Amino acid sequence: MFIPAYSHSGRHVRPNYNVLLLIILQFVPRTVEGVWPLPQTFTSSTERYPLNPQAFYFGYGSQSAVREGCSVLDAAFTRYFSLIFPANGILRFNQAGPFTVEVSVGHDDCEGYPGEDSSEKYSLSVSAGHASLKAETVWGALRGLETFSQLVYQDDSGSYFVNKTEIEDFPRFQFRGILLDTSRHYLPVQAILKTLDAMAYSKFNVFHWHIVDDPSFPYQSWTFPDLSSKGAFHPVTHIYTQSDVRRVISHARMRGIRVLPEFDSPGHTASWGKGQSNLLTPCYKGSTPTGTFGPVNPALPSTYHFMMKLFKEVSSVFPDSYIHLGGDEVNFSCWKSNPDVRAFMHKMGFGVDFTKLEAFYMESIVNITSALNKTSIVWQDVFDYHERRRFLSVVEVWKAGCYLCEVRKVAKAGLRIILAAPWYLDQPGPTHNWARYYTVWPLAFKGTEEQKKLVIGGEVCMWGEYVDATNLSPRLWPRASAAAERLWSDEKQTSSVEKASPRLMDFRCKLLRRGIQAEPLDVGHCQHEYQGI
Amino acid sequence: MFGSAKKQGPTKNRRADLSELTELQVWITSPDSECDGYPALTSDESYELSVDQPVAVLKAPKVWGALHGLETFSQLLYEDEFGAKNINSTMISDFPRFPHRGILLDSSRHFLPIKVILANLETMAWNKFNVFHWHIVDDQSFPYLSRTFPQLSQQGAYHPYTHVYTPADVKMVIEFARLRGIRVVPEFDTPGHTQSWGKGQKDLLTPCYTGSKPSGTFGPVNPILNTTYDFMTQFFKEISTVFPDGYVHLGGDEVDFTCWKSNPDIQKFMEQQGFGQDYKKLESFYIQKLLDIVTTTKKGYTIWQEVFDNGVKLKPDTIIHVWKGNKQQYQNEMANVTSSGYNTLLSTPWYLNRISYGQDWQGVYRADPQDFEGTEDQKKLVIGGEACLWGEYVDATNLTPRLWPRASAVAERLWSSKDVTDIDDAFNRLSVHRCRMVARGIPAEPLFSSFCPREYKGI
Repeated sequence: MFIPAYSHSGRHVRPNYNVLLLIILQFVPRTVEGVWPLPQTFTSSTERYPLNPQAFYFGYGSQSAVREGCSVLDAAFTRYFSLIFPANGILRFNQAGPFTVEVSVGHDDCEGYPGEDSSEKYSLSVSAGHASLKAETVWGALRGLETFSQLVYQDDSGSYFVNKTEIEDFPRFQFRGILLDTSRHYLPVQAILKTLDAMAYSKFNVFHWHIVDDPSFPYQSWTFPDLSSKGAFHPVTHIYTQSDVRRVISHARMRGIRVLPEFDSPGHTASWGKGQSNLLTPCYKGSTPTGTFGPVNPALPSTYHFMMKLFKEVSSVFPDSYIHLGGDEVNFSCWKSNPDVRAFMHKMGFGVDFTKLEAFYMESIVNITSALNKTSIVWQDVFDYHERRRFLSVVEVWKAGCYLCEVRKVAKAGLRIILAAPWYLDQPGPTHNWARYYTVWPLAFKGTEEQKKLVIGGEVCMWGEYVDATNLSPRLWPRASAAAERLWSDEKQTSSVEKASPRLMDFRCKLLRRGIQAEPLDVGHCQHEYQGI
Repeated sequence: MFGSAKKQGPTKNRRADLSELTELQVWITSPDSECDGYPALTSDESYELSVDQPVAVLKAPKVWGALHGLETFSQLLYEDEFGAKNINSTMISDFPRFPHRGILLDSSRHFLPIKVILANLETMAWNKFNVFHWHIVDDQSFPYLSRTFPQLSQQGAYHPYTHVYTPADVKMVIEFARLRGIRVVPEFDTPGHTQSWGKGQKDLLTPCYTGSKPSGTFGPVNPILNTTYDFMTQFFKEISTVFPDGYVHLGGDEVDFTCWKSNPDIQKFMEQQGFGQDYKKLESFYIQKLLDIVTTTKKGYTIWQEVFDNGVKLKPDTIIHVWKGNKQQYQNEMANVTSSGYNTLLSTPWYLNRISYGQDWQGVYRADPQDFEGTEDQKKLVIGGEACLWGEYVDATNLTPRLWPRASAVAERLWSSKDVTDIDDAFNRLSVHRCRMVARGIPAEPLFSSFCPREYKGI
């Protein structure tokens, strides 16, 4: 049995204690606890097998529906080889025999995209010279490869081992996302790709791209190029070209991560008005325009023509079947001040209830995206303000307070829920609060089994007001991994912060080893510290 | 200054445009430039900069002022809309308001690789900080490789090879700092905060007792053994040769008396000395002996405020470092310490390890070390302050964005004139300064939603 030299409380073992500790630790199964998030079921023994980087192979099982030439798995094999045997590890003369990881996949979905219903189930069986990884889809195989990579460890002399293990695993929730905000601060594509890498290590499977908002519009639309040329922080250096977007989607797909775009309206759209005049509502003081603008103007047909064209493009650029339409924090005062909007209200019979106007607007947009065969997600404001909810599908609960009360309401209305409220990680401190993100119980509300099934998952939100590429990584990791385990693992097995703490510290050191700039959870050290600045 | 501008090719043959600035002359105006020496508390850091055609002239009595002048000059450059570098005609006469402007880094709670220390020394120079307060060891680990007592790091570091500072490492830090006009003041904090010392130095720490039996745990340094003072003498002799600065920081904070109280030998000693039950007297006894030891090594010393608060007898040239309390409390402390005639440093409002959501740089900026009830003479005793980045939750993965640009707010408070207080103006200038640090390769985090022309590329 090995003593990981990088455990947070671990000390470099003194030679005269080695034997004693070896005997004691025969009885402590450590290796599977080194997997984060915790698999649903696992058994492991202390029987371990040496691995030789020169004689280590990935292969496809004879019964596998997917074989060589499967882009996702072929790339994954290369990637995971380097993760399992880090290039800066010690090269030593290794007499260990060959070891093969045999992957068998049930359906050939290799050239497709992961979707809302994709199976991520896998089973992993590790024995002498051979590991068998079985999954229904390539996405499940990716999850299994990630787990396998976390089972491999090095002893003090640098030799690689993996223990005899049996794992049956699948996620508790289907939707496990991270939101990045590229409007408050532009995030270079590299920062996004690095985040996707780290997401895969924690089995996150949705990248919620909050791509545009008030401060800037970096998305370069081919239908409306002025949106970014006038609305981005800089029309050349601070945009995402179509090529950039494709790159992100592809990088995500290779890791089994869905890319969910959000084009938030009618609020949060100040930057849209720069390149699309007459899109936003002109605000008035009395009978004169003030020169400032408010939310999208719901009273003009041109608005809906524009949105139809924009979402047609967005639907074709982003392959996922879901789209996020926003709908949060709409300030009604500008609408109220505008005489044309008031006239429209009157015409539609909304009286002075501007929530009805917002409902009308959102319903129109949802109709647009439904016609494009997309499922819409909206922030909870849309649900909260409106009586008619039949046009809604998925509601994202984000407001602080009794968020489970809200979840209960939405479930009662028969709509699906994504939970974000407890996981606003843009709040940096106090630092020792990963436990806050861990001790979230998403289904602890009064509801039927059917209603609880409507909670499809949750999301870590990294809003960008105070975050950009200089501080994104340490602020996200490893705290987001706490949420990852809550969303993947069995709640009963993962309800103890005390038990999770040493595992998460170990996992954090693993992230460092893999080049992820994950900040420390508490005092201590990792064998391989971060060598950057 | 010119960032990524490529060389334009052979420039010898180009005739200088009449409006081009072609030269910055640097004049050291005093006979002893101090070029081969170390910066000190009393160093002259003043400079005058005159930007005019065809040459700009930087005059400073000492090299330290010249360094600051060069930094200022580099900040005067700006790009026009075509990307060409420009500078305006300028006259600057500058000197720091406070002579001690420091940053504390903690390399014990987490080991800090040399690279991140050097990167932050460089950034300190851009902000005209001039003291690196190296809180090098503490309870959790002892990374300092002592040549007199190598067991200290052998047993006390997180790892005896990968998580230590060798003599070569320390020399590198000191020289890197010196070339940037930064003093390196090491802190060897005792008698508390010393758990890691006991691993490699048996009998240094006090054995705690439960009843009449040793409990197996240890407390602060044992103040009643002669071996303690023999050790400290040898240790600080080494420190005084390794670190050339005129000062060492001796710590003295947060001493927990419980272990001392439990130890029967110490109880006996207290009786013999007539200290009664007042363990502050025992602490005083230890500190005074330590100060005497350090004085023989010809160093001045700084101590945390508890030592003053507990009534320890101190030499008049001791520097007291204020770090505790809320605003009212630290202002009172500053008044008390200065009214007793001691030089004082302020850190309380500048604990940058404390983070919160939003623009907390503003609170940092507003705090003024001379903001307390006292006479002019008292206020003169305030020699400056330090931004502290304690390491419980900080290492190389998050140190730099956590320190910058908030530490820059401290930098201006300590350098610039007292009446530079306009927050809105500061926001505009700090935003530019932050983007400058990013462009120079330092991941200084954002102040608010915005952008830099050159975003951080490092990830």
